[in-house]
Formats: sequence, structure tokens, C-alpha cells
Amino acid sequence: MIVVFYIASGVAILSTFLVILQSNAVHALLYAILSLLSVAIVFFSLGAPLVAALEVIVYAGAIMVLFVFVVMVLNLGPGAEGQERVWLQPRTWTGPVILTLVLIGELIYIFLARPGLALGGPAIGPQEVSLALYGPYLLGVELASILLLAGLVGAYHLGREPSD
Amino acid sequence: MSSLATNLINVFGVLFAVLTVAAVLVYGERRLLALVQDRYGPNRAGPFGLLQIIADVIKMFTKEDWIPPFADRFVFILAPAVIMITVLLSFTVVPFAPGVEVVSLNIGLLFFLAMSSMGVYSVVLAGWASNSKYSLLGGLRAAAQMLSYEVFMGLSLMGVVILAGSFNLREIVEAQKGMWFVLPQFIGFVVFMIAGLAETHRIPFDLPEADSELIAGYHSEYSAMKFGMFMVGEYIGVTLISVLIVALFFGGWIGPVLPPLVWFVLKTSFFILLIILIRGSLPRPRYDQLMSYGWKLLLPLSLLNLVVTGGIVLALG
Repeated sequence: MIVVFYIASGVAILSTFLVILQSNAVHALLYAILSLLSVAIVFFSLGAPLVAALEVIVYAGAIMVLFVFVVMVLNLGPGAEGQERVWLQPRTWTGPVILTLVLIGELIYIFLARPGLALGGPAIGPQEVSLALYGPYLLGVELASILLLAGLVGAYHLGREPSD
Repeated sequence: MSSLATNLINVFGVLFAVLTVAAVLVYGERRLLALVQDRYGPNRAGPFGLLQIIADVIKMFTKEDWIPPFADRFVFILAPAVIMITVLLSFTVVPFAPGVEVVSLNIGLLFFLAMSSMGVYSVVLAGWASNSKYSLLGGLRAAAQMLSYEVFMGLSLMGVVILAGSFNLREIVEAQKGMWFVLPQFIGFVVFMIAGLAETHRIPFDLPEADSELIAGYHSEYSAMKFGMFMVGEYIGVTLISVLIVALFFGGWIGPVLPPLVWFVLKTSFFILLIILIRGSLPRPRYDQLMSYGWKLLLPLSLLNLVVTGGIVLALG
């Protein structure tokens, strides 16, 4: 499982890089889907099959389809690709690269300070996750659903036909 | 060693069986549709036209495999592969009989839902990569239709999950020893059947490829075996939906006298034939009708089913 974990996380990091580097929007989205799928495998190898399945169903299967849908509606031609290429100049990279280096430094520090972080552990099935969600974390679930409901009402308001 | 051998036999057996069924359906569907419409169908090649399958395969493989110069080459080639991969992967979690299954996954049903939501990309990306207006419209329709129908496809199955207390398809089948789930979950069954038809985008839900409006929709620009992949993918999808209906609602391999596998095949054949007959008898709805039917009727129905089932199970035990 540890080999699976490292391969999947490697693919995840690489494909996430490629999302940023692609100048074609749909190709970038394909790499984003790949990245989400490899994150699902990471979850699976860590013993969380339910989260892995939900990652694929919700993120890779539903949210990314909407992204692809929007890109299709925009119907970007080859012109947009050239525009993207102009935006991806080396000097735009300096800021993000410095910030990322800070994060990598912190990560390395954490790993050095606390060696032997456990990988794996027992697999958690759907029942255990549900019992935790609707037991001690019920308030969190309810708060999240209120947030989603607010988003839904807002979307409905924006999408409503003008009444004149 | 012997467990590895049985695993390999299971994997290749399932693959062989599924692809054979898909091949037979290419011929069988046309014959059955012809019967419904009071005509002969393909009856020239070989006895009863049975060699039509081979003729079709030869035709598919020898036609020019054309990639339009205006298409996005990489995505254009990727799209037909996606549908084959996702549909075939879904079969890994299906238990055909005791001991005849590729993997017994404790999230089996979620795995199927995940694969069917990945299958959307095939149609959507095919529509986009073809770079033609008919394909694009087909792809857009497919994205909206499959995304909407996926929502209550998942919801309609949750009643079964509540009754069986598991996502594992083997345990779901074994929980139906006393009574098939079609009786307590009739609404779930009907909604799943409709959503399944919409997921495989067959008539009456074939708006993504509506020939009379969009030429052939998302696969207008495809030829030869790439088109064949879409066609075979659709037949395998029909088989998958039938197999799941049998496993989830009609007791899987459970049945008297006959061996378990025979029961499974018989029940599955019945639903495959039923889906073909539905194609022969229903017209295609308008797009807005499709959407409002899904969101305004089927979604509340499956939610209601879920709430009532949950309530009854809680009250009884």
C-alpha cells in the first residue's frame, strides 16, 4: 500500500503542476481530473475507501464536469491558447515560486522535527464514517448544510428571470 | 496459487462474457426491433443473419479511421477509450454468482456510481474535441442530462443500501434471500431504471445523439473503430444497467432449482430485452421536458422514497 501511496501522490503532484502549465483550458482540466483521481487513490491507500469514492463521485465526477461544461460553452478557440501562453511568462512565476518554497521549507522542517509519521492504519468503512458524522460531528454537518442551502438560495436568486 | 488462478478466470471470464453479450446485442437488438416493427431485420448473412455480427466487426475494423484535421487530436482519441474503461471497470464489483466476482469491495455500489460519473467525460470530451457544432451541442446536452440523472440514480439506490445495511453488492444480494428488494423498493427500482436509461443515453433519452436534430450528436465526427467503441460502450452500458437491476432489486443469483449463474443470466437477459423493447416503443422527449421530468418529478420521488424507507427501518428496528 505504501508504494501505491507514493506513486499516487507523485502523479497527483505532477498532474497538478501540469494543470497550471497547460495553455489549453480543456487539457488543463483533464490534468485536474487526473489529479483528483490520484488523490482518491491516496485516500484509498490511507484506509479511507468512502472518502476515496466520494472524491471521485463529487469532485472528479460532478464538479469537474461543470468546469468542462462551462469551458465548452465559452468555446475558446486557438486565440485563447495564444493569450494564455503570453500570460505564462517566466517573470509571473517568481512570486508563486517564492511562496511555494516557503511552504516546502516548512514541510521539510515538520518532517525533520517529527520523524516516523504513521502511514496507513486500519481501514475505515462507510459505517464508521457515518456514525462519526451523525454522532459527535452532527453540528458540523448541519452548519455545512446551512452553508450549502444559502448558496443554493443565492444561485436561485441570481438565475431567476427578471419580473418586469 | 489456486486463488490467483480463480481470480484470473473470473477476470477474463467476466470480460469475455460481457464483450460477447455486447457483440450479440449488436445483432440481437436489430432483430428484436425489426420484430417489434413488423419487418425482417438483418437476415441475409448466415442462418437467421447470425453472421451479421462478424460482417459488422469486419466493416468496423476496415473502415478508414479518420481524425478530422480541426479536431483536438489527443482528446479526440481519449474520449472513446474513457467509456470502454469506465463501463468495463464497473463490472468488477458485480457478483454474478457465489464465488463468481472479480472483487468484493465494501464500497462496491459507490464504485459503480463513481465509474458512471466518470463515463460522462467520454461523451462530453468527444463533443468538445470534435470541434463541430453538432458534436458540441450533443456534448452539452450529454453533460447536463447525465449530471442531472446521476443525482437521483445515486439517491434511488440508497433505499436498497438502507435495507441491506451495506454498499457491498454481494451482501446486498444475500440480504434478498427472504424477499426481492423490488417489492419494498419499487419506486427506487423505477427511478433507477429510468436514470440508468438516461445514463446510457438510449432512446427515449438519446438527446445527445438525436439523429434528426444533431446528425449523430457527440460522435458525428467519429468513424471506424472509434465510433465502434461508442456503440459497443453503449451496449455494455445496457448490460451493466440490467446486471445491476438484477443484483440490486431482483435477488441476483437467488432462485430455485436452477444453478445460481443460470438464474443471473436469465434475469439479466430479461432486462436487456425489456430495455430494447422500450427503445422500440417510446418517442424522444423535448430537452426541457427531459430536464423538468428529472428535477421536478424523479428527484422528489427518490428523496421521498429515501425518507420513507429510512423512517420505516428506524421505526421497525
